[in-house]
Order: sequence, then structure tokens, then C-alpha cells
Amino acid sequence: MEALLAITVGAMTAAGVYLMLSWNMMRFLFGLVVIGNAANLAILTVGRHYGPAPPLVPDGQTAPAELVANALPQALILTAIVISFGILAFTVVLLYRAYEEMGTISGDDMRVAEPRPQPDQSTVGS
Amino acid sequence: MTDLLLIAPILVSFATAVAAYLARRSRARTRAIGLAGSAVLLAIAVVLLAEVWRLGPIAMQASAWPAPFGITIVADLFSAIMVLIAAIIGFAVTIYSLGDIEPDLEAAGYYGLYHVLIAGVCGAFLTGDLFNLYVWFEVMLMASFGLLVLGGSPAQIDGGIKYVSINLISTVMFLIAVAILYGLTGTLNMADLSVAVAEVEDDGLLTVVAILFVIGFGIKSAVFPLFFWLPASYHTPPVAVSAIFAALLTKVGVYALIRMFTLIFTHDVGFTHGLLLAIAGVTMVTGVLGAAAQNQVRSILSFHIVSQIGYMVMGLALFTPLGMVGSVFYLVHHIIVKANLFLVSGVMNRLAGSFQLGEIGGLWRFKPLVALLFMIPAFSLAGMPPLSGFWAKFVLIRASLSLDTGAGYLIAATALVVGLLTLFSMTKIWGEAFWKPHPAGDHGVAPRLTAGRSALLLAPIIGLAGLTLAIGLYAEPFYQVSLAAAEQLLSNEAYVAAVIGDGAVLAAAGSGR
Repeated sequence: MEALLAITVGAMTAAGVYLMLSWNMMRFLFGLVVIGNAANLAILTVGRHYGPAPPLVPDGQTAPAELVANALPQALILTAIVISFGILAFTVVLLYRAYEEMGTISGDDMRVAEPRPQPDQSTVGS
Repeated sequence: MTDLLLIAPILVSFATAVAAYLARRSRARTRAIGLAGSAVLLAIAVVLLAEVWRLGPIAMQASAWPAPFGITIVADLFSAIMVLIAAIIGFAVTIYSLGDIEPDLEAAGYYGLYHVLIAGVCGAFLTGDLFNLYVWFEVMLMASFGLLVLGGSPAQIDGGIKYVSINLISTVMFLIAVAILYGLTGTLNMADLSVAVAEVEDDGLLTVVAILFVIGFGIKSAVFPLFFWLPASYHTPPVAVSAIFAALLTKVGVYALIRMFTLIFTHDVGFTHGLLLAIAGVTMVTGVLGAAAQNQVRSILSFHIVSQIGYMVMGLALFTPLGMVGSVFYLVHHIIVKANLFLVSGVMNRLAGSFQLGEIGGLWRFKPLVALLFMIPAFSLAGMPPLSGFWAKFVLIRASLSLDTGAGYLIAATALVVGLLTLFSMTKIWGEAFWKPHPAGDHGVAPRLTAGRSALLLAPIIGLAGLTLAIGLYAEPFYQVSLAAAEQLLSNEAYVAAVIGDGAVLAAAGSGR
């Protein structure tokens, strides 16, 4: 089970990185979503996957009788999912605004904040 | 009592944020709430530092869950210093914001976002739990996203895209590193981790995790080669936002690096801290060269942030008591000076009409006070005696020379040359903006501000310049506090004891999986 999860994490990371290398900011965003979920799956995997038994301690005992699921990684992932969902919503809107303002979703062409140096302009630096 | 004191900076900031946001329709009320919140935070931060100075590291366990199971809020001297300096800058920039931020941005909830940012910064400084640190980073990031694009000019949106996307990559790296570290040790409590990593047999895997943290925090703190988001975005938002970003955001990354690489990753100092030393040297050089090629005041200052981050990482990388003193001292000095330079750049823009060096001039002739107020932080940044930057650089270079190795001499030489190049950039701004006549003639420099507004803009600048002078002329107490903070950083016993305390046995059982 852990091997399968580990391979899935690797494949998702690879797919995410491939998408993020694109000039297209929309694909970059999709890549970010995929790699973010790969990170969540990584937390679940390294947190030890002990199966589906709920982590409940029977009455009168101090430890569960059998192997139970580790609840902490699941809590961490839940937090991470909520945060990344909020950020994703913000980023999609930001990208849409960028498309409205600049008429492009190509990262290479977004040069409003850092204009390319004009060759005919005599500046101190160039 | 100390429990309340520890959580108070975060609670006050959040309460202020909510109140200021709800009151945003009334300009007078939202401004008053924003200012009052900053003032209260400043008072709390002073008390916190005094308490930590008196008692040593103090900790509180959220909901009384014993560490390492619950979330720990902990302040040692380093955390308390950082909270105080954040509160000072938060207060100064709030006053500046009253004069700088346009009414429509205030109505859009500027003070709400601003105090969420401060809450995130304070939380990151005070948390003792690694996953909680991730949450505070996200709180801080989300507020900074909002502040960066508030107003929505095309340049802001463009800078925002780069800032957001690269910082999100850093978040993913951080999260993966946290995951693997949790898998290795079974704990996320930072004090508990410092004990638990000693039991990890696979040192190689631990080093991999350490490097993931270097990448994650390296992006946040803008070290070479991960700094490109910073000069792409910091010159676009309103000046007050630039100033608070420049002062605090990258420094939270540096704080996290220092915390991780003194408390947890000390298993292979030769490799990890050697790598950090190389990063520090290259960061200084690339930053200062990038600045030399710029002709816009805020772009120059942005690149200098990158360059200065190198000095702070250098102190950590030397990993000697004196080096750590240098890092702490440099952080304090740099936050004050850099915020002040951005604040002055805003006044220069309002007086002379542009941030572009080619389009301004004549400020020395018509506004000698502004020239003086620029000169103090600028020369301090370059490290001229007797200002604060001189002592910060002096300690760092002394620390690297006393290593008596080739790397030590090399980094000392780099630091000195970079200081000289910093002076070049500062004299460039000086010559172009202050000495050169204004291109539009004598009418170029015009008081475009009412008296009340310019008082709001100049008061924080004068205050911060005074602090720079105070640190420079009366450095000994600041040095002593930095020294005590560095000693606590290098010997973790007090920190670990404050967090885990009597539950040490429990912790040992917990870390054994």
C-alpha cells in the first residue's frame, strides 16, 4: 500500500512540475494544484497508513487494541486542503484580472511591472 | 499570566483586524482602530520582551494539551526581540499609512488586511510547532496577497502574479519537508523535534529534509537563486505596503531558517551550514549587482533587501556565538533601516513627482530635512560608522575572521566589498535625487502635501532614524541583548525545558513512535 501511494505521489509531482514549466499561467496554476495534492498525499503516506480502523480507545483501556488509522496526518491534510482551496480561489481571480488588464496569460509577456529595457533609451545601468 | 502575554500579540492583531474591517465604511473609525491596535501591540511586545529577559524562555500549551501533543506557543529572547521589532515597525508604518493610503483603499479594508499580516508575522515568531508555523506563513501570505494587489493597478496585478506563484511553490516545498520530517520523527513540536532528530539513524535523509527547508524558507527569505519574485513585486504597491513587506516578510523566512538550523538541523553542520555560507555570499553579491543596474528608487531598495538577507544568513552559517549575535543584531538593524528607506522613498516621490531617478532631483536644495532623513538610513545600510549598520557588519566580519579558515576570509572580503557597492547605490540615489537639479527646473520640487499629512509621513521616518542613531551611538545594550539571544539559540536546553518541561518523559515515549 505504501509503495503504491509513494509511486502516486511521485507521478503527481512529476505531472505538476511538467505543468508548472509551461508559459501558460493557467497550466501553471493547474500544476500547482496537482503538486499541492501530491504534498497532501505525501503527508498521509509518511504518517504511516495503518488501514481504515478509526482511532478510538475502548472504554477502560489506555491504548487501542489493534492498529488504527493515524488521525494526525489527516488533520494536517484537512488544514492544508482548506488553505490551498482559499489560495486557489484567490489566484484564479488574480489571473483573470491579469488577463483583463494585460490581455495575456503568458508569463513571458507579463512585463508591466518590469518593462524590458528599451535599446534606444540611455540609462545609467546599461 | 504569561500564557495570556504570549498569545496577546496574536489576539490583539486579529481583534484589531476584525474591528478595523467592520468599521471600514467610517474612515475616521477604521483609522483610529488601526492606530490603537498597533499601539497596544507595541506595549504588549515591550512587556513580553521584559518578561522573557527576566524569566528566560516561556511557553504556553494551547488548550492545556501537554507538549508535544498540542500546539505550543513559545517565546525565547530571539522570538521576543522579533515580535518587538515587528511591533515597532507595525506602529511606525501604521502612522505613515494614515498619511499615505488613499481613502478608497482604506474603505476597501486596508487596516484589516494590515493587521492580519501583523498577526501572521507575530504568530510565526511565537509558534513552537512546525505545522502551526506553516499555518502562520499562510495567514501572512494571504494578507500580503491582498495588500499587494489592493488598488488593482496593472503593475500590481503583474507583480502579484509572480509573487503569488513563486510563494506558493515555496509553500508546497515547506509542506513536503514537514511531511517527511514527521515521518522520520513522529512529532511536529519544534522542541521535541530537536530531541527526536538525534534518534534518527538515516542522517542522509535528514539532510535531504534540511535542504527542502532551505528551499522553502529560502524562497520566502529571497536568497540566491530564489529571490526573483521580490524585485518583481515590491516596487508596485503603495509605499506603506512596500515598507512593511520589506521590513517583515523576508525576515520571517530568515527567522525560520535560523530557528530550524539552530534548533533541529545541527546533525551535519559542515554540509548544511557550509551550503548556507555559500548561499549567503552569492546572495550578497547578486543582490548588490542587481541594485547597481536599476534606476528606480524602490527597485534599487528591493534588490538591496536581497543583498542584505545574505548578511543575516551569513551569521547563521558561521554558526559561532559571535556569528549568531551578528545575525540577530543585523536583523534588528536591517528591519528598521530598510522600512525607513522605503518610507523616505515615498516622501521623495510625493515631493519630486516620480520614483525614476532620471525624472527627479533638487531635493537637497529645497528639502534638506528629507535629505538628512534619507542619509541616516542609507549610510547605515552601507555600514558607515557610527550608524547601526556599522556595528552589525563589524560583528559579522569579526566573527568570520575569527574562524581563521579560507572560507571565513573569503566571506569577510565579500561582505566588505558588498558594503562598498551598497554605498555606490546609495550615492547614486543621493546624486540623482538630491544633488542633481530637478529636470523640470526649480518648480519640480513642490510641496504636494498639506502640513498635517506631511507630519504623518515624516513622524515615523524621524522616529526610525532616531532608533538607527540610538543603536549606532549606544550599541552596547543592543549588543548585550543580541548576545543573550544568540546564547539561547546555540544552547537549546532552556528552550526545550520551557516547552516540554516536566513532560520530558512523555516526550521521549512519544518520539519513539
